[in-house]
Amino acid sequence: MSLEKLELFEVFLRSKRGLDHKHAGSLHAEDKEQALEYARDVYTRRSEGVSIWVVKSDDICASQEDDSDSFFDPSDDKPYRHATYYDIPKEVGTM
Amino acid sequence: MAEYNKSEAELEAVFQQKIDSEQKIEPKDWMPEAYRKNLIRQMSQHAHSEVIGMQPEGNFITRAPSLRRKTVLLSKVQDEGGHGLYLYSATETLGIARSELIAALQSGEAKYASIFNYPAQTWGDMGAIGWLVDGAAIVNQVSLQRTSYGPYSRGMIRICKEESFHQRQGYVIMMELAKGTPEQKQMAQDSLNRFYWPALMMFGPHDSESAHSAKSMKWKIKRETNDDLRQKFIDQTAPQIAYLGLEHPDKDLVWNEEKGQHDSGEIDWEEFYAVINGNGHSNRQRIQHHVKAHEEGAWVRDAMSAYKQKKSQRKINADTAA
Repeated sequence: MSLEKLELFEVFLRSKRGLDHKHAGSLHAEDKEQALEYARDVYTRRSEGVSIWVVKSDDICASQEDDSDSFFDPSDDKPYRHATYYDIPKEVGTM
Repeated sequence: MAEYNKSEAELEAVFQQKIDSEQKIEPKDWMPEAYRKNLIRQMSQHAHSEVIGMQPEGNFITRAPSLRRKTVLLSKVQDEGGHGLYLYSATETLGIARSELIAALQSGEAKYASIFNYPAQTWGDMGAIGWLVDGAAIVNQVSLQRTSYGPYSRGMIRICKEESFHQRQGYVIMMELAKGTPEQKQMAQDSLNRFYWPALMMFGPHDSESAHSAKSMKWKIKRETNDDLRQKFIDQTAPQIAYLGLEHPDKDLVWNEEKGQHDSGEIDWEEFYAVINGNGHSNRQRIQHHVKAHEEGAWVRDAMSAYKQKKSQRKINADTAA
């Protein structure tokens, strides 16, 4: 298989049980099983992970940075969604 | 995986060792069937509670006394729907389909928090629900952030972060009413009286009566017992009631200096079991409404699948043309 035909995979690592998988980087592989082994070799040489996810880059649907203003805009003018919007007297303890 | 070549007993020993050393269990790990079942029961019940919990407050969106209060309430109800989705998704990591979970809710096989079978009657109830019902839920959820199942724990962390405003907005409603006219103050008192005891019931039966508690504690699905969590809530709520200048609904409540906590009156357990078993004021209405909304939404799901089909057919046509 020529290099151009290799598929791009995104690699996600869980550094410790109980934590989320985090994006670590990407790599080329011929299939998902290979991608998993390559990810182990490339991204966990210093015990960075206890679990690896690989996902075909093509399968990721991402929001566009350029559109982010209008995309995320609806939550900008809603300060009442934050706890700090409400004044709670000290006497009643943390809430 | 190598793990799966071990015997059931060995696998269970490894599993319990993970639990005992405070490691999270993740979806692909081996787990005892009873652990999985217990989690599905608790997590789906939690998810159902979020979704059914939208009804009593949703009912007041059109009746909120100002535009600001309407937007706040709308945001809160929207959050509850979102939290239901987080929890359904986390439950699905255990290998059960969303449709099965919804079917169990609608048939009455699965439960949800009984508190939502009490009707919301006045604007004061919007205050009492946010303050007491969300307050009790938060006490429980803070504890569940340390639950042994990874996806549930992470869901709880996210939910707790988002939920902090729910209780505060409720308390602000109560403060406004308590400082208002005598009628408004009476409304606050009435809401407190009706929601205080059901809020205490949210923590479930006494530890000695709780069917699932012992196993759940051993597996660290639950981290604190029903009674311990309830005590926390009683202690934190007492000064909040005093600050409002309202009368405490529990006439037996006294501070116990020696124990460093309040002694309190007994809950009406007969009422608790009656409501759980379907005889609360709003049980039938809540499920009927859920079924109705689900059925009336069928055309949206149909439209989505028709659109998907149309799109993939177009792609096929374009590909053959090219």
